[in-house]
Amino acid sequence: MLSLTSQAFIDRLIRENFKFFTGVPCSLLSGLISHLEEVEEAKYIPSVREDAAVGLCAGAYLSGSLPVLLMQNSGLGYCLNAFTSLNLIYRIPVLVIMSWRGQGGKDAPEHIIMGDIDQKLLETAGMDYAILKPDNCDQVLATAMRKINEEKLPYTLVVEKGLFDERH
Amino acid sequence: MKGTEAFQELIPLLGNEPVVHANGYICRESFSLKDREANFYMIGSMGLASSIGLGVALCKPEQKVIVLDGDGNVLMAMGTLAMIAAEAPKNLVHVVIDNEVYESTGKQRSISNAVPLEQVAKSAGYRQALRVDKREDIKPAFEKLMNSDGPSFLLIKVDPCFDPKTGRVTHTPEEITARFMNSIRH
Ligand SMILES: Cc1ncc(C[n+]2csc(CCOP(=O)(O)OP(=O)(O)O)c2C)c(N)n1
Ligand SMILES: [Mg+2]
Repeated sequence: MLSLTSQAFIDRLIRENFKFFTGVPCSLLSGLISHLEEVEEAKYIPSVREDAAVGLCAGAYLSGSLPVLLMQNSGLGYCLNAFTSLNLIYRIPVLVIMSWRGQGGKDAPEHIIMGDIDQKLLETAGMDYAILKPDNCDQVLATAMRKINEEKLPYTLVVEKGLFDERH
Repeated sequence: MKGTEAFQELIPLLGNEPVVHANGYICRESFSLKDREANFYMIGSMGLASSIGLGVALCKPEQKVIVLDGDGNVLMAMGTLAMIAAEAPKNLVHVVIDNEVYESTGKQRSISNAVPLEQVAKSAGYRQALRVDKREDIKPAFEKLMNSDGPSFLLIKVDPCFDPKTGRVTHTPEEITARFMNSIRH
């Protein structure tokens, strides 16, 4: 599979005015987080839980920043109540970058069920998402920006294994 | 001191600071006493008032930001105390109304009778953590924290007394967002 460089993608997000990043790591996102720790223009705040990261992003948005939440799909379970009882009803957007562990049932046992249901959970909650690919980045980001700026709702970019360089 | 008295004492001390409220009784009591544009009434997402407040504090470093929390909410998100300590925003004041119960759902006991939350905050690394039991101690303690660098923690020990007839927040969540963002911009 073609891959995107973490650097190019983060720089792209910064150009879209995302400067506030937080989350809980996943190996699939390790390159992104390493790069975030290196760039001047963006701030990466380690969160201890994904739902706390949702709260942090909400506070950042309410004070005028555009936030990004990086997490593994296992974190989606922890976040669902925050998304449904905070972001969706208050119209507080956030760009979520969610790694897809357990894709196709080929992963460690703890990832298999969530790997099967994560996108169904998003759909059930009425939350839009797209699977990010090296060749759909511009188009997907344009959709995400519309969702965030016009509808003021969260948008999730699903990241498959191998999309980004991993650093660990 | 009754819980309501803590609000009666605290709210007149506020200027135009953003105040992020924990869900349940905390929102309703504050709203009923004095509705403010700069109040973020978090009606769901229990436990997240502290992380929302941290986000505001980090993005508005020149502005004091207050979190008005409950013991049950704090216990649900103790990890956020560590995040606040680690990020150490000087402008964050975390006030906790500790009635040792989940009052909003019928006064079931929490465990804050056994866990001194101000010590948890202090050990996590808040710059200051105070505990008050008497109404007359609220004002000096709050003013001290508002006039010095944080992150600060103020635990107010109260007796549950919530009157279920107290009104609910009448603004819609979307209105709460718009008002709060507007007040923060100015
Ligand atoms: C995730 C979640 N679990 C449970 C509830 C129900 N609930 C609403 S308010 C509340 C109690 C909050 O306790 P505390 O922070 O001590 O505030 P108090 O009600 O005592 O003022 C509970 C358990 C909820 N809203 N969300
Ligand atoms: Mg309580």
